[in-house]
Amino acid sequence: MTEQTPHTPDSSGPNSLAPPGNIGKIFWGLIVLSALVFLADALYHKHPSFGIEKLFGFYGIIGFVACIGLILAAKGLRVILMRSEDYYDDKTEGDS
Amino acid sequence: MVLGIPPGLFLILGALLVPLFPGRWRKPYMLFLPLAGLWYLIGAESGTFLTFSFLDYEIVPLRIDRLSLIFGYVFHIAAALSIVYAWHNDDIIEQIAGLAYAGSGIGAVFAGDLITLFIYWEAMAVTSVFLIWARRSNAAYAAGMRYLIIQVTSGVLLLSGAILMAHDTGSVAFDKMTLGSLATWLILIAFGIKCAFPLLHNWLSDAYPEATVTGTVFLSAFTTKCAVYVLARGFPGTDLLIYIGAAMALFPVFYAIIENDFRRLLAYALNQQLGFMVIGIGIGTTLAINGAVAHAFVSTLYKALLFMSMGAVLYRVGTVKGSELGGLYRSMPLTTVFCIIGAASISAFPLFSGFIAKSLILSAVAYEGYLAIWMILLVASVGAFFHSGIKVPYYTFFAQDSGKRCKEAPLNMLIAMGITAILCIAIGAYSPWLYSLLPYPVKYIPYTTSHVIGQYQLLIFAALAFAVLIRFKIYPPNLKSVNLDFDITYRKWLPAIYRWVITLTRDGWQSILQDLRNGVQKVVQYMFRHHGPEGILARTWPTGSMALWVAVLLGGILLIYYV
Repeated sequence: MTEQTPHTPDSSGPNSLAPPGNIGKIFWGLIVLSALVFLADALYHKHPSFGIEKLFGFYGIIGFVACIGLILAAKGLRVILMRSEDYYDDKTEGDS
Repeated sequence: MVLGIPPGLFLILGALLVPLFPGRWRKPYMLFLPLAGLWYLIGAESGTFLTFSFLDYEIVPLRIDRLSLIFGYVFHIAAALSIVYAWHNDDIIEQIAGLAYAGSGIGAVFAGDLITLFIYWEAMAVTSVFLIWARRSNAAYAAGMRYLIIQVTSGVLLLSGAILMAHDTGSVAFDKMTLGSLATWLILIAFGIKCAFPLLHNWLSDAYPEATVTGTVFLSAFTTKCAVYVLARGFPGTDLLIYIGAAMALFPVFYAIIENDFRRLLAYALNQQLGFMVIGIGIGTTLAINGAVAHAFVSTLYKALLFMSMGAVLYRVGTVKGSELGGLYRSMPLTTVFCIIGAASISAFPLFSGFIAKSLILSAVAYEGYLAIWMILLVASVGAFFHSGIKVPYYTFFAQDSGKRCKEAPLNMLIAMGITAILCIAIGAYSPWLYSLLPYPVKYIPYTTSHVIGQYQLLIFAALAFAVLIRFKIYPPNLKSVNLDFDITYRKWLPAIYRWVITLTRDGWQSILQDLRNGVQKVVQYMFRHHGPEGILARTWPTGSMALWVAVLLGGILLIYYV
């Protein structure tokens, strides 16, 4: 695990969605879109199978919480699960 | 039947003739085979054909009904698309193996008895491993060997179960079974291995990413979907499958999220998709079985599309590691579009194929009142959207520019991806077509307001969550790494235990031998001390002591004689 190169946007080099303002636009666009579909719950009559579905914006809440929860849990699991690429002897650099 | 030959066997025999076709005729010939098979199936009547008796058992090489037919359709389509995708590839081993493998998968879904099923089941294992070995790397050789051992074991279990079944019931017919006897358990485990049940799953994420660019596309279609078919045929409504499926739908998500090799990520995603189908089979209502089958159909296509797009990247760039990719949309714009269509399909965006299939399963689970399973499915859907829908396309084609520049994928790959992408959209946008092929009549309407808005909420908020994690730099970066999975047991632990036991026995044996040697040495030394040349009993040796002892003996005899 010595040669890990973090690969996050903004860490180094240009993001391919340049110019830089685009990233912000996409982010705010997503917030606006989320707000719209969240409020859309007021416009129609639900046919819930379970009581919990009656909650306003139920699917949005599940989507947001589950996504963050899954990613953070997976990030935490790296502590236990992650090994260097040559952990199994038969793996050689260049084989994917 | 095509020329009187059942559809699976038709492809296998056809594969054997491939070497006879020179250069430019070979590929059209290969493409002709699955298209001819599909043509036959479209007009095929239901029933059993070519039935014969063998050792008092009825063998049914060809059973056509609505359940086997829909799998037959999608397998032929997948075979044809895979052949187009591999058009640039002249490796004859892959050509024969790919066709014969597709034929074995098709043969298995039309098998009407357990013996025929077993033969095709093992044929799938033996033919498909060449698609892995054709990569010709050490890693591929080792992964292929592990794959082959596990697949063949599945076949052996199936045969054992079939023999026990024949002994118990006097029949080898392959129909609905009730879990209970040893025979049915063996058969379920055999199916479970190929369906990648939890803890039996690791061959999938181990071997598929090691196969060739084109081999993985073939592999993604047949083995696992065939396993879904046999479960739907043999164990519908088996409660245990609901919980097995739930575990399958959930746990691979974590691995997919942290996986750096994107073809391995897609293998985990495939494992997860199988979980959805297994839950549907476990629920067992007509709606649920329809859902599982519909999901098998559409996921064969969108998984193939995703593996095709990552295969194209591997072909052009030489790697599919997230830590080395980024910004490829400039070089491969069409591949980018096709990958996004595959991603939207697996994410179940309305108007894409995943939506109309996943909805059936979710509704079936909800109608039966399984709240916890339903919640797991929602969370699993979010997971699938994230790892396959966002992570794969985003980090391959966008994100930080890796500086890599390459050519767009070859034309044949683009054609294969294009047709698959059109199918993904057409099936999703016009649900009656797929629904009309399902085993049971469908009265379900996927496009209701509440359903569509609910799905958009789920997906858009999940995307928002990802954006938030990126913006606040909490998102875990793609790292060069491998992640431990259950295969550590047979790749590290069992060999280590074996070596430990060997060392222990060898050392133990050595010390036993040493102890024996020491004991013998002591006895010899004792004897030597008393009887050796310098020993007490040898001191007066040779004649003096002899004369003395003879005198003593004679004296003794005299005494006894006179007493």
